[in-house]
Amino acid sequence: MIRLEKVSRSFTVGDQQVAALRDIDLDIAAGDYVSIMGPSGSGKSTLLNLIGLLDRPSSGTYRLDGGDVTDLTDEQQAKVRSEKVGFVFQAFHLVPRLSAAMNIELPLILAGISPAERKTRVAQLLKNYGLTDRADHRPDQLSGGQRQRVAIARATSMHPAVLLADEPTGNLDQATGKEVMNLLEQLVAQQVTLIVVTHDPAIGGRAKRQVRMVDGQITGENKSSVLP
Amino acid sequence: MLFPDLVKLTTSSFVAYRMRSFLTGLGIAIGITAVILLTSIGEGLHQFVLSEFSQFGTNIITIQPGKTKTHGGNVGVFGSVRPLSLEDADALRHLPYVENVNPSVMGNAEVRANGKTRRTTVLGEGRDFAEAFTMKVQSGSFWTDEDNEQARALVVLGAKVNQELFAGQNPLGSYLRVGGQRYRVIGVMEPKGQILGFDMDDTVIIPAARAMELLNRSGLIEMQVSYRASADVNAVIRSITERLKDRHGSEDFTIISQEQALEVLGSVLDVITFAVGALGGISLLVGAVGILTIMTMAVTERTSEIGLLRALGARERQVLALFLGEAMLLSALGGLAGLALGVGIAQGLHLLFPALPVHTPWLFAVLAELSAVTIGLAAGVVPAMRAARLDPVEALHAE
Repeated sequence: MIRLEKVSRSFTVGDQQVAALRDIDLDIAAGDYVSIMGPSGSGKSTLLNLIGLLDRPSSGTYRLDGGDVTDLTDEQQAKVRSEKVGFVFQAFHLVPRLSAAMNIELPLILAGISPAERKTRVAQLLKNYGLTDRADHRPDQLSGGQRQRVAIARATSMHPAVLLADEPTGNLDQATGKEVMNLLEQLVAQQVTLIVVTHDPAIGGRAKRQVRMVDGQITGENKSSVLP
Repeated sequence: MLFPDLVKLTTSSFVAYRMRSFLTGLGIAIGITAVILLTSIGEGLHQFVLSEFSQFGTNIITIQPGKTKTHGGNVGVFGSVRPLSLEDADALRHLPYVENVNPSVMGNAEVRANGKTRRTTVLGEGRDFAEAFTMKVQSGSFWTDEDNEQARALVVLGAKVNQELFAGQNPLGSYLRVGGQRYRVIGVMEPKGQILGFDMDDTVIIPAARAMELLNRSGLIEMQVSYRASADVNAVIRSITERLKDRHGSEDFTIISQEQALEVLGSVLDVITFAVGALGGISLLVGAVGILTIMTMAVTERTSEIGLLRALGARERQVLALFLGEAMLLSALGGLAGLALGVGIAQGLHLLFPALPVHTPWLFAVLAELSAVTIGLAAGVVPAMRAARLDPVEALHAE
């Protein structure tokens, strides 16, 4: 599903080149559940952005779903993001002036899907995530857990093959965090490839594959065969 | 992204920032109000002036002595040209399409009747004067025969002169002294009022031949030729030119058609309307700066939202469209409010001061609204481009 070969990413800070990622080789199969852990500054978010096609590698190749996506134009990247990738963020990133339903609908709107189709999909998602009675609430009227559920519903609205979660529980208490992780893990059962970036071992430890990163390099990987 | 969704999304931010949107829209509204109000007054004035000029009819050609070569006035009767004579006028009468030829002389003289004296304007005209200028005789009539050598001493009074000298009595048949000569009153004109400051009613009208003698002039001030409305004005001008050139030997006269004069006047008035509109346009510019400011702020404030939209699969073009849409919505709504306000104030002014002519052509309203939207678009371009070009990763993590 995802294949990174010798991928590096460096940034220019002032007049210095800073390597955020160095020669990353990573293979992730469809339906995999991978966590990427490491201290802050280890490059895990940069890696996530690369996989999510928000960024481009400085060198190396990236294949997604069989196709080379290393050198796509902005336009093409946007199309792939829209069709294959879902994002869940630590800070939820809901649009504050739009209702929960409208937030969930956003990717469908951007993709130009017909209003009738959107209506049924959004209604189904609201139901799946127990948000039906919250549909018309704005984000500031929702609890943290509800907000993240809206965000997950939104991330899955286009039925993406890959779901990328960047510290999805970072702004939540433990119980709510667990609830959110359960929801994400249910998606893995539906053959969605889930990649979770976290520095919390309790969260990262739930993944089947646990990749550790330090200083822009993958330093090791644990595999656990059973979901906790 | 479908168009209704674009409208829905841009409207959502308009509603979310009501106060700010209202104030920004107000900037444009004031600008459009100024443009509409000023052009309405300008256009009203335009129509007023044109109607003043065209009330004598538009099928009139004026011939003056002397040739206007470049700019400036002609040298008139004082130049080394042959003056226009009564015979010239007679010579034009039988040209095709010509309906009336009116020789014209003008001057000042003292008139006296009933022991009252008044200094007034003496018009020396032809017998078809009233017909040519679509003016009406209230009582009596004009003289019917015209003898250039032995013109009879007959006079038609302007309404005011009649009022002042004969107050109430029937003047017909009475005698009136014009510059010391005795004239018999045979008609009184209907009141006409002032035309561009000249009081048409404070006049006496006598045969042109008499007036030339009285005022000691060797030629006519001008001749007016009225022609059939269906005739081609250029053909009529051509035949007049030829006939007069035959008589004078050279083109030492100037022909002005009312139609052309109105055209020139109309274009001058158009420039005035445009100029006052442009003045109002300055306040529109201020409104545009307001939109630019607010959209720049919006992009800064909503940077992380832009990042999110990009992560959700929005293309650069879609982000651009969203922000341009917002700028255009602001200016379009402001423009509509300005239209309503401008037309409202213009009509209100007209009700308060009926003498003030106002007129708002539909075209102006449409143009004003279009320019408001264009201004919004122009002001929104820079901020929207900035939004579209933001790096998604950086934008996502902006606070």
